[in-house]
Parts: sequence; structure tokens; C-alpha cells
Amino acid sequence: MDNDIKINIKDLNLFIGNKHILKNINISIPNKKLTVILGPSGCGKTTLLKTLNRLTDLYPEVKVKGNIFIDNEDILHTNKNITEIRKNMGLLSQQPYPLPMNIFRNVTYGLRISGRRNRKILKNRVEHYLKQVNLWDEVKDRLKDSASQLSIGQQQRLCLARGLAVDPEIILADEPTSALDPISSQTIENEFLTFNGNYTIIVVTHSLRQAKRIADYVIFMYLGEVIEQNSADEFFNNPKEEKTKEYLKGIFN
Amino acid sequence: MKITLISRNSKDKFHFTWMTICLIIILFLPLLLGIGLYLKSKLLLDSTSVFDILFSKEWSPIEGKFGMLPFINSSLWVTIIAILIAGPICLFSAIHLTQYAKKSFLNFMHPIIDILSGIPSVVYGVWGILIIVPLVSKYIGPFFGKETTGYSILSGSIVLAVMITPFILNILIDIFQTIPKELQEASLSLGATKWQTIKKVILKKALPGIISAITLGISRAFGETMAVMMVVGNVTKLKYGVFQPGYPLPALIANNYGEMMSIPMYDSALMFAAFILFAIVLLFNFASRLLIIKYEREIK
Repeated sequence: MDNDIKINIKDLNLFIGNKHILKNINISIPNKKLTVILGPSGCGKTTLLKTLNRLTDLYPEVKVKGNIFIDNEDILHTNKNITEIRKNMGLLSQQPYPLPMNIFRNVTYGLRISGRRNRKILKNRVEHYLKQVNLWDEVKDRLKDSASQLSIGQQQRLCLARGLAVDPEIILADEPTSALDPISSQTIENEFLTFNGNYTIIVVTHSLRQAKRIADYVIFMYLGEVIEQNSADEFFNNPKEEKTKEYLKGIFN
Repeated sequence: MKITLISRNSKDKFHFTWMTICLIIILFLPLLLGIGLYLKSKLLLDSTSVFDILFSKEWSPIEGKFGMLPFINSSLWVTIIAILIAGPICLFSAIHLTQYAKKSFLNFMHPIIDILSGIPSVVYGVWGILIIVPLVSKYIGPFFGKETTGYSILSGSIVLAVMITPFILNILIDIFQTIPKELQEASLSLGATKWQTIKKVILKKALPGIISAITLGISRAFGETMAVMMVVGNVTKLKYGVFQPGYPLPALIANNYGEMMSIPMYDSALMFAAFILFAIVLLFNFASRLLIIKYEREIK
């Protein structure tokens, strides 16, 4: 069983100033499965996600206590280079943030900063990953155009391709479809379902329906605490906690 | 019902009209300023060719010689050196304050920067005479093997650099703060180090803003009169060099205007000096606008 756990979080507490944002988080995230972190807005989902690749380091006022084991390595107390840890996780944010450069350079950014500059390999990679996110046909003739000229849906897929291009094992997605139109949302969801099995995917969402459509495993959070975690089947059909039942019924949102 | 609608519409129109008038005044102000200066300097321009005035070194009002090259030169040098000193300092401080420092530290720095920019320029001038001029004559000059009184282009530049620093810094901080944190997160999550992120993403995104901040700094430095005048020497020598005294355009105007009203040609020459000042600042701003537009078209 333990081999199937990719991320193991133990007694994680997070403070911003005096505010206690994440309270005693203990969760296990299965390997190469799609895990959904579900919960109403402001419950700490996004913060938890950012703690996973230590983007919380950016904010000096944030204090993190506890352990996060990824492949048995505690990333909160490690000698390993943080950039290596982050590279292992692709990040998709609520709104697409293409880097201020052209489409080609957006996809190859991660490769180029780690020193790979062979033109031919880069070209290959760009085609490979843009095809993987179903964007290649739409942009193959304008790879030199600024990424900001793409539609929001296209930008989000570009950001996904950019994240995949550094060859991560984990994909972190923070409400990746909340800013998108229905068709683009569906495309992103379908891509997640296609990738499922190859990557450990963690999707933060407040949409119950989305969670039902894509989740293998669900973690339900409320006010900074994990209320319940279970396989999607169990979670939706046989919830154990009172809060979960209420949320599933839509009593609070 | 109908009556109230009409009166509301006419109210709307009324407000629109006065706002438009205010806007037109603002638009016409620089134009009127330019025309006024041009008309006043026409007397000189009619007697001497523009080329002769701009590129002649001879300044001798009594002989009717009004070569402005030494003044233009001094102005350019003082400004360029000031920007070369202040530009990098402001840029790196702004990066530190917005990307590395705690938010509370930035909040602490904001009023300090505002106080610095509010100090009257004559105070900076006195500080220049007391500190910078001796520093240049006793240490910096000898260090480079130059003999100098300290009243020099370099002293002017240093005082000027200190004066425009809070001004440029404030703009740069605002610019860096508007860059979304998520962009930085995206770059970091792709395995970039913090410095790579700053170099390849943040600076790139901020470049148009940095250009306009520097240009505003240049415009301000170019016109700064009092503090520079107090430390720059105000001598029209033909020898050039940063340790030599200079005589920038604003100092020329401030020192002489009003005294020489009896010589109409002198009066006109000073007006032309003002016109040059005006034109160069305008040119700087246009050039930076063009640069920004070109850059934004290339990469957003």
C-alpha cells in the first residue's frame, strides 16, 4: 500500500502572521491517480497546494510547520535544491499566466533555464507537448507570436504544456478551469483524464460536479482542516462525516 | 418623466463639456509654452542661424556671441552621469524591496522615500556644498589623479542622482508591484531560480515601465536648477571633463535672467536656452514612448 502513496503530509500547520490557516493536515495522496482537493472558497486549498512545491517560500510572513514527504523525502526539511523539487511538479494556476515571450519560448522555458539549448530537441519537445494538450494544430504556424495573443483557453493549455515540458511526476492544478469558458474547461478536464495514470494529479476545485467527473480520490477541506479523505466512490456514495454530507447536499457552499 | 430625462441628459452633457474643456487646457499648455518661448527667442534666431547657436562654443553676450554648446554639453553630461548613478541603484533597490523584502519593510520604506522626494532642492544643494564638493576635491579627484576644486560636473551629477533617486524609486516600486505574483510562481515552478525569474520574466515584463521611469527621471534631472547650480561651478570653460566645472542650461537662465533685460538680444538668447531645454525634454519623452510602443508590439 505504501508504494502507492506519492505524497504524505504529516501534522502540517501553516500560519500567516498570527492567523492559523492550515490546521493539523494529515493526508496521503495516491501515486499516479487524480486527487481532488474539494472545499468552499477560503478553506485553505490553494495554500495547501502552494505548500507542496514550496511557493510559500515567496512570502516571508508565512510560517510552515510539519512534514511533507514526497517519495519519502521531506521537502520541508531537505538539503535538496528547491528548484529540483519544484521542477518535479507542474503548476497550473486559476488564470493562465503566460510568460512574457513567444509561444515557442513559453514551452521551452523550463528546458532552456536548465541549460538545454539544442534547437532540434527543443523543436521536437515543443511539438510533442503542444500535441499532448491539443494545441499544436491551432498554433503551429505562429509559434513566434506572443503568447498573450492566444485566447484564455488556449493560454491555459499552453501553460499546461509548459509545465509538462519539464517532465514532472506531479501536476498541481489550482481551480484550473474557473476562468475558462465551458468548452476550454472540458478540454482541460479531458486532458487530465487522458494523463491520468501517467502523472500524480492534484486538482483544487470548489465545484462538486467537476470533482465527481474527474476524481479518483477526494480530500474535503473546511476552514483549514481536512474533514474527510477517501476514494471518490466512497466519498460521494458513502460519506462518513456530517460536514461532508451537508456539503454534498449543497447546504453550504 | 420625460422632463426629468431631458434635464438629466443635459446635466450629463454639461459635465461632459466642462471636463472636455479642462482636458483641452491641459493639451494646449505645452503647445502654448513652446510657442511663447519660440516667439521670445525669435529676435536671436533672426540674427544668427540656429546651427551657429547650437554648435558654437563662444559665449560672449557683450560681443553679441551666443554659442550655447558649453551649456548644452554641461546639461547633457550632468544628466547622463546622474542617471547612470541613480538608475541601477533605483532598479536594484526596487527589485529588493518588492521581490525579497518583507511587506512590512516596504511599508516602512514608503514614507521615507516620500520624505526624501519632498526635501526642497536648495537643501540638497547645501548638502552638496558641505559634503559632495569636498569629497570630490579631496578624495575622488585625487583618486583619479585629477586636480579639482570640487565644483564640477561630477558633483552636480552626484547631487542630482541623490535627488532623483526617490522619484525614480517610487515609480519602479509601483511598476514591480503590478506584476502578478502568479507569473513569478509560474517561472519558479518550472525550475527557475529566483534570480533567473527576475532576469527573464520580471524585468522583461517591467521593461516598458522601467524605460518610462528612467525617462521621467531624465526629464526631471535635466530641468533641475537650484541644487545643481550650487555645486556645478557655473563657468563657461572650453575644457571638458567630469572634474571640470560646468554650466547647465537651467543654471544659465536662473543666474542671468532679469539682470540683462536691458540687452534685448541677451534676453532673447536666454529664452532660446529655455526653448532648447523644453525641446530636449520633449524629445526624450517622445523617444521613450516610441521605444515602449515598439517593445510592447513585439512582446507583451
